[in-house]
Amino acid sequence: MFRKFIGIALILFSSALLAQETPDALVKSVTSEVIDVIKQDKAIQAGDQKRILQLVEEKILKHFDFSHMTALAMGREWKNALTTEFRTLLVRSYSNALSQYKNQTIDFKPLKMQPNDTDVIVRSEVKQPGAKPIGIDYEMSKAADGWKVYDVMVAGVSLVTNYRETFTQEVRTNGVDGLIKTLREKNKQLEGTKKS
Amino acid sequence: MFDRTIFRKSIGALCLLLLAGCASMSNNPADPWEGFNRKVYAFNDTLDTYALKPVAEGYQNVTPLPARTNIANFFGNIEDVWIGVNNLLQGKGRDGFEDFGRFVINSTVGILGFFDIASEIGLEKHEEDFGQTLGKWGVDSGPYLVLPFFGPRTVRDSGGLVIDTLASPTSHVDSVAVRNSLAGVHAVSDRAQLLGAEKTLDEAALDKYSYVRDFYLQRRKNLIFDGRPPRDEEDDYSALEGLKLSAVGYPASRQFLLLNDEEKQTVK
Repeated sequence: MFRKFIGIALILFSSALLAQETPDALVKSVTSEVIDVIKQDKAIQAGDQKRILQLVEEKILKHFDFSHMTALAMGREWKNALTTEFRTLLVRSYSNALSQYKNQTIDFKPLKMQPNDTDVIVRSEVKQPGAKPIGIDYEMSKAADGWKVYDVMVAGVSLVTNYRETFTQEVRTNGVDGLIKTLREKNKQLEGTKKS
Repeated sequence: MFDRTIFRKSIGALCLLLLAGCASMSNNPADPWEGFNRKVYAFNDTLDTYALKPVAEGYQNVTPLPARTNIANFFGNIEDVWIGVNNLLQGKGRDGFEDFGRFVINSTVGILGFFDIASEIGLEKHEEDFGQTLGKWGVDSGPYLVLPFFGPRTVRDSGGLVIDTLASPTSHVDSVAVRNSLAGVHAVSDRAQLLGAEKTLDEAALDKYSYVRDFYLQRRKNLIFDGRPPRDEEDDYSALEGLKLSAVGYPASRQFLLLNDEEKQTVK
């Protein structure tokens, strides 16, 4: 009986392992999937806001951990309302960068990872003629439902911690609620410009 | 790079700005001259909006992409020699000789540098300058400083810029007209490459000034350590184990980042 139980546990355990994609394979497959869509979608290439957001929502966002990102940018005064606004800001502003894609090639570097690591950096490089390749690194941690990105570094600059100083200043002068308000206004303004 | 009288006038304007700027204080240790810097930033921004950006857009509209790439390659090729020198000064012999190899190949096979053949055969372009070399030698960055026309720097990188300019072959061309045209085309070509990025900046930044500053400072740190800056959070973590910040549920190595400035000081 006991042995049977162990056997079942082992099978469950190993199938869970198999289902768990390695973080670099995950980033690679999502990247190539997204690029394939962009290459074929004339509307996205022309900068169609709605289509880009739809693509990002569908393919990318489930692999991001926005609470973690907000905590990283904010420190301890982290609130759920803040996560919502920060998420909107990051998604809106960086999604547009996708429409800038013009046949650059993306190379992935071999992942350095120990079998029981729960925090890794997947490194990639965007190559374009006549310019130094730009590094894009994804910092990922392992969650119950797979690997999640919690920071993106472009050319060595964290898109998340780059907000830290601004957030600190804002919280110091207007408090966390002041920061949430500022973010909300910024997001509204972004939405406004999109429609015109 | 610019006409001398303009230069003299802008130095005068700078002194005035500096006096005005010193009146305001900043509580960011990396940016004690924030008041002054913000004024120069606004000046550069205006200059960009009304002069450089429209020209860059015009250039992008009339010049097909392959030609723009050729022009960017041409200036990049000239820079490779100085990049190589800086790599040697930083003790990176292999990278340095790769840069010289790039210059030789691109100047000949790549027809005066218009084609970046070297990258295609696997000699990748590097990004080095004298400010980075000084950083590698242990010179402290000093306060953040926004220069008129040139934009974000630190005190150290401003010194580096002077040496970079003196070392640049294009600033030693005898004919003033040719020299100024080269500088002009170079500036426009560089600006045109950033036309897409600035939209993202507009959208992403709550405060463009501090976004650009923090981006610049992070970027320089990353460049000086060639993409592997020391992760202070990890080094400092052992001192933090008692602080139990795991409530947010994130990696131990990152928890140092949750502390505010004063707390970081007490931990150190």
